[in-house]
Amino acid sequence: MTVVALPATAALPVHAAPAATIGDPVVNIAVFAVFITMTLWIAVRVSGNNSTASDYFAAGRTITGRQNGIAIAGDYLSAASFLGIAGVIALYGYDGFLYSIGFLVGWVIVLILVAEPLRNTGRYTLADVLAYRLRRGPVRTAAAVSTLVISLFYLLAQMAGAGALVSLLLGVSSEVGQNLTILTIGLLMTFYVLVGGMKGTTWVQIVKAVLLMMAAAVVTIWVLGLARFNIFDLFSDAAAKSASGDAVLRPGLLYGGGLISKINFVSLSISLVLGTAGLPHVLMRLYTVPNARAARASVAWATWIMGLFYLCTVVLGFGAMWLVGSGQIAAVPGKANAAVPLLAFKLGGTLLLAAVAAVAFATILAVVAGLVLSASASFAHDIYANVIKKGNLEHHDEVRVARYTAVGIGLAAILGGIYAKNQNVAFLVSLAFAVAASANLPTILYSLYWSRFTSRGALWSIYGGLISSITLIALSPVISGKTDARTGESLSMITDPGVNFAVFPLENPGIVSIPLAFFLGWLGSVTTREQVDPARFARLQVRSLTAFGTVKAARR
Amino acid sequence: MSFSQQAPERVATYETVQASREFGQLNRRFRNFAAPAVTGVLCWYFLFVILATFFPDLMAVSVFGKLNLGLCLGLLQFVSTFAVTTWYLRWARSSFDPMVDRLRERLEHGGVR
Repeated sequence: MTVVALPATAALPVHAAPAATIGDPVVNIAVFAVFITMTLWIAVRVSGNNSTASDYFAAGRTITGRQNGIAIAGDYLSAASFLGIAGVIALYGYDGFLYSIGFLVGWVIVLILVAEPLRNTGRYTLADVLAYRLRRGPVRTAAAVSTLVISLFYLLAQMAGAGALVSLLLGVSSEVGQNLTILTIGLLMTFYVLVGGMKGTTWVQIVKAVLLMMAAAVVTIWVLGLARFNIFDLFSDAAAKSASGDAVLRPGLLYGGGLISKINFVSLSISLVLGTAGLPHVLMRLYTVPNARAARASVAWATWIMGLFYLCTVVLGFGAMWLVGSGQIAAVPGKANAAVPLLAFKLGGTLLLAAVAAVAFATILAVVAGLVLSASASFAHDIYANVIKKGNLEHHDEVRVARYTAVGIGLAAILGGIYAKNQNVAFLVSLAFAVAASANLPTILYSLYWSRFTSRGALWSIYGGLISSITLIALSPVISGKTDARTGESLSMITDPGVNFAVFPLENPGIVSIPLAFFLGWLGSVTTREQVDPARFARLQVRSLTAFGTVKAARR
Repeated sequence: MSFSQQAPERVATYETVQASREFGQLNRRFRNFAAPAVTGVLCWYFLFVILATFFPDLMAVSVFGKLNLGLCLGLLQFVSTFAVTTWYLRWARSSFDPMVDRLRERLEHGGVR
């Protein structure tokens, strides 16, 4: 579940220790059960009746900017952020830090270019904004397809990550046990979404985000305290403990290989910084607030919270390097992902480990709930209500279809999670970002800001970005043909080293597919004879900047 | 529902609003802020990525003890993100929002010039 596919050359020597669990599984399960009971109670308590689409998809637009900011942070900080980034820092030092920067800087684009126009012009989904000025049916379908694909990849990564974490923390190492855990998580989050709708899911995100920040803060302060509150001491002590010495304080340990490895990192950086503004489950949260100014406030709150969190992960990562040591981290199941749990165990023993483990599960659960909600909303609102029924339906029909879809997507995620749990889940998260940046971002920006953008441009850009990014991933070393230089073992998803169709050398397609999608959007628009409707662009532009024509939400 | 999506009788009005002097000013003011701010942030980010990827030795230059240039620039990315966020909020509140409110006020009580 780390966001990184570790290159073969950088892999640390692993003298496989027998799969050991740390801490006391009974305590871990007990703390986790308390969390589940609490969030279920909240989801049922706050959800109300959830009968209209506005209630179910957008929490009746009653969430305040600050609440939504915390919930956005909850949606965005997946286990990849909490365990993955700190783990990569613990093993490779500086290069892990580069990830958190990409994840954070991308929010500036959301804040300035996307949040307010999106809130002013859409209702529940991304496709609403595109349908505002383009040919409704085909463009809506395209946007819904890309939303579903992105959500599904992101979902699989979270579910698979959950399976991997279980073996370490709950002492469930059997195949059946892990599958049962994935099933439990899948059923739970589907229940949150069915019962709680957007309001229930929002409060689950808020609780999770607060717990996550608290856990990160406690461990961070603890580590800093041991380093006599001197961050320089922490850096030098950690570097002294590491086999790589001071090299962990400079870039290059993970991505310093050859030119390909460097270009691969640049490609990943492009995907991270541009992908955020295209993630459907995050964008959907912008509709839960009463107006554009609240949407602005919520993105600003989210940025502050996540920035502080990513700063904590630097301390967590170097703390784990210093106090646990990369040798021990690489030797346990879960590898990099285990760095933070191991650090918690080292510091606070069984109880702190149980708390951190519960937070990690909560994180997965909440992110999965957010993804299921956005995927089901997109299917029900975009494909069923607007394309199949062409808008002729009662609003509770839309909610009913969304609930059926949520069950379907929940089942797909459970099956996918069971299948993918032994796979290299790393690439799923970075693929989700690359696909989001390729398929969604160009169309969002063009349709908000470019008067001559056409439906054909949108279709070319969405499908072009979607198909090119996925094809390039399929032809990359992530899927086939990557082997460990020392052992000859396969590091790809297809574990037979004999199968090799990796003709595209980069693990992340962003550097090719994102510019391509922007280019296709432009090319499709300038070469068509399709008339741009100036009236519709006028309506979009005026509404996106002034909210004129939208009924004023109650001022608070 | 927060607004009616189908409002064909309004369409003509939107075009006149779009063509008005006030709206032109508003739009220009937004773009004059947004374009340089976003471009600046992205250039600064990619400069950092390129330096970290292709010039690791430069990034290893010590600034103060173990604190090297790479760590400094990385932390500065956090600082600049926070700074741009704050700057945008201030700009929006003091310069953009009042202009939107004035325009909306006028739109709701009669025409624009």
